Amino acid sequence: MRIPPRNTQALAVTLLAGATGLTLAVLVFVIVFILGKGLPVISLGFLFDNPQEMGKAGGIFPTLVGTLILPLVAILIALPAGVGTAVYLSEYTGDNLATRIIRFGTDCLAGIPSIIFGLFGFIFFVTTLKMGWCILSGALTLAIMVLPTIIRTAEEAIRAVPAGYREVSCSLGATRWETVLKVVLPNALPGIVTGIMLSIGRCIGETAAVIFTAGASLRLPHSVFDSTRTMAVHFYILAREGISNENAYGTAAVLILSVLLVNSLSYWMMNRFIARRTK
Amino acid sequence: MTDAVKISNRNFSVFYGAIQALRGITLDVLAHQILGIIGPAGSGKTALLRSMNRLNDLNPNCRVEGQILLDGEDIYQPEFDAVRLRKRVGMVFALPVPLPLSLFDNIVYGPRLSGIRARARLNELVERSLQAAFLWDEVKDRLQTSALRLSGGQQQRLCLARVLAMEPEVILLDEPCSGLDPISTSRIEEALMALKSKYTIVLVTNNTKQAARVADTTAFLLQGELVEVGPTDRIFTAPKDQRTNDYVSGRFG
Amino acid sequence: MHQTGDRIVRWTLMALAFTALTSLLLIAIFIFKEGVPFIARVGFRDFLLSSDWRPQAGHFGIYPMIVASLLVTLGAMLVGAPLGIACAVFLNEFVSKPVTRVIKPTIELLAGIPSVVYGFIGVVVVAPLIRSQFGGPGLSMLCASLILGVMVLPTIISISTDVLASVPNAYREGALALGATRWQSVHLVILKAARSGIVAAVILGMGRAIGETMAVIMVAGNTVQVPRSALDSVCTLTAKIAMEMGSATGPHRQALFAIGVVLFLMIMMFNALAMTAIKKRFAGK
Repeated sequence: MRIPPRNTQALAVTLLAGATGLTLAVLVFVIVFILGKGLPVISLGFLFDNPQEMGKAGGIFPTLVGTLILPLVAILIALPAGVGTAVYLSEYTGDNLATRIIRFGTDCLAGIPSIIFGLFGFIFFVTTLKMGWCILSGALTLAIMVLPTIIRTAEEAIRAVPAGYREVSCSLGATRWETVLKVVLPNALPGIVTGIMLSIGRCIGETAAVIFTAGASLRLPHSVFDSTRTMAVHFYILAREGISNENAYGTAAVLILSVLLVNSLSYWMMNRFIARRTK
Repeated sequence: MTDAVKISNRNFSVFYGAIQALRGITLDVLAHQILGIIGPAGSGKTALLRSMNRLNDLNPNCRVEGQILLDGEDIYQPEFDAVRLRKRVGMVFALPVPLPLSLFDNIVYGPRLSGIRARARLNELVERSLQAAFLWDEVKDRLQTSALRLSGGQQQRLCLARVLAMEPEVILLDEPCSGLDPISTSRIEEALMALKSKYTIVLVTNNTKQAARVADTTAFLLQGELVEVGPTDRIFTAPKDQRTNDYVSGRFG
Repeated sequence: MHQTGDRIVRWTLMALAFTALTSLLLIAIFIFKEGVPFIARVGFRDFLLSSDWRPQAGHFGIYPMIVASLLVTLGAMLVGAPLGIACAVFLNEFVSKPVTRVIKPTIELLAGIPSVVYGFIGVVVVAPLIRSQFGGPGLSMLCASLILGVMVLPTIISISTDVLASVPNAYREGALALGATRWQSVHLVILKAARSGIVAAVILGMGRAIGETMAVIMVAGNTVQVPRSALDSVCTLTAKIAMEMGSATGPHRQALFAIGVVLFLMIMMFNALAMTAIKKRFAGK
């Protein structure tokens, strides 16, 4: 007996909707679960006190600082390199062997897992360059990790700037660099900022690459040459060593809230960007 | 009275990849006159125009042969600064492209690049340019608003004002009225007539009647070749070449 | 005068453009520098095919970990691929634009959750569930596959959605005009057209899964053994590196870099496979 197509469709759609529902449910569960157990732990004291007994008691302040500084320094390093690459690829060359090699390198870099970055950062920055476990080692490693993201989003944003703008700028007597600086980059800025936010989000959640390069010191860092612990690393250590489930939940909650904040900001910016373009 | 030659094209050819868009054009542009360039699509008019301010340099596929002399200097010789050239030879494009800035910032974009920063001087420049483009009265109260809010005709006049603010010697216009209504078109034509005493103007147009109205000299291009050039009256009433006759009388277009 | 300024800018930008490539080369060089001599010394067979991992005694067989990584990844795909593709199809073909515009970013939020959080949920929620329902230690290959399956969902969904969106509307309209239902147009026409792109998405997801470290450390159990059932505790290549890197010295440390080399090569292979799948897609057009 042949099942009428309308019924197969109904069945199929139900299954597909179920799959989507399941995916959403998992997401919601993760967030609700962590926030549910973790929000009660969060207090001003939790956020701004120093940890005691290796994190069993006290707060997570140094990790908050570490989580703020590390991505910041990483972006400071990755931004010129990434935007510079994007500008070079889209404004200064066409499609030739050199650009294809650069793109290939960027794509490969994007596919490397964070543990390999951690290994590299350890053997190169920490050991060979003798920088030791410090913010700078971590930031350099993270910078390389987010470089493909910055390059990709910057290039997209730059290519979206209408060609007419460049022509007009040149016809008014601007050099190529002046055109880039005064017309292309300002109009590509929202897209670039989105890329930055995505990268920051990734850095916040990163553990494997950080723990082998920035270390896990619970002391408040005073310079980029100090070791530091980020919230993700702290959470991992608390959970794995069984130091304090309660504080682990609290840290995880702050972690998730930060990531949610950064991601929401970037979507909001992206939407404003699209809205402004079509005005 | 013979005017000086401002721009001289000498056996000038343009290639886009394998395609030759211009074949050995020899054409003089006299100072303080409007030269109209007419011809059907694909005749090479735009290629010629974009060579006169070396905007073709932006196209990596483009190759040129021959010379273009501005006041006697070959603009294609290697030491010639293309950037400086474009400050002397301005261009208005077919579709108005206001930069996503205020009207004021649009107009002072070029001058600021040249280092002019004094507010008073910029204000004066803006007013003068907008007056000359016949746009001042309409927008003088909203110079800080976005240029994107203007109508098509106003935007094109803004683009003209933008070029005028550079105080160039030559103004190139590439079918500037193609998207505009008749009233905006006539305002731009009015402006050009008033401007020719100070500037040299080259106007590419696919509207033969516009050339007849505005140009002092008219050149007819067909498939990359210069077919005929001469005083506008003669071109339209007694052309020497049969092809010119066919084109201006509308037998093809 | 402009020329020199412009030239300086051009050279600076070109130098910056090679940063990514240089970094990639540095990474490859340093990882291989530490790892390859070790593999050469220990011997290919003893390294890759031996199950004997006792670093203190000088035995460095990583076969169980290779198997673990591959099986965990396979399991993750069994979970993540059907779910992810179904999601992508549903969002792209059966749901209106405004709803999709809300749901898609929400799903992309999944990608933002740190892997350690997923691992933790695995430990406190999923593993006990497995233990109570199926027995065994709970922290197992099954647990890792489930968690990893969820973690690769955003990758699979976002790439599959892009692939589906790029299928020309003409295909959809053509099928519907011939009297097909929506679902028939999807599974008879659109999915076929999108097949190689979706395959690429799955392969890229596998590349991600095999490289995942933190979550796997927390939920896979970390026993070095060739698993005989999904409920067995396993240790993947990534977990081994991360867990012993802190305390390893000398040949032990080099062994970990050697594992890094193997991992690097496996992932490059996955990426290359994905690229070929994508190329096939455009070659077929």
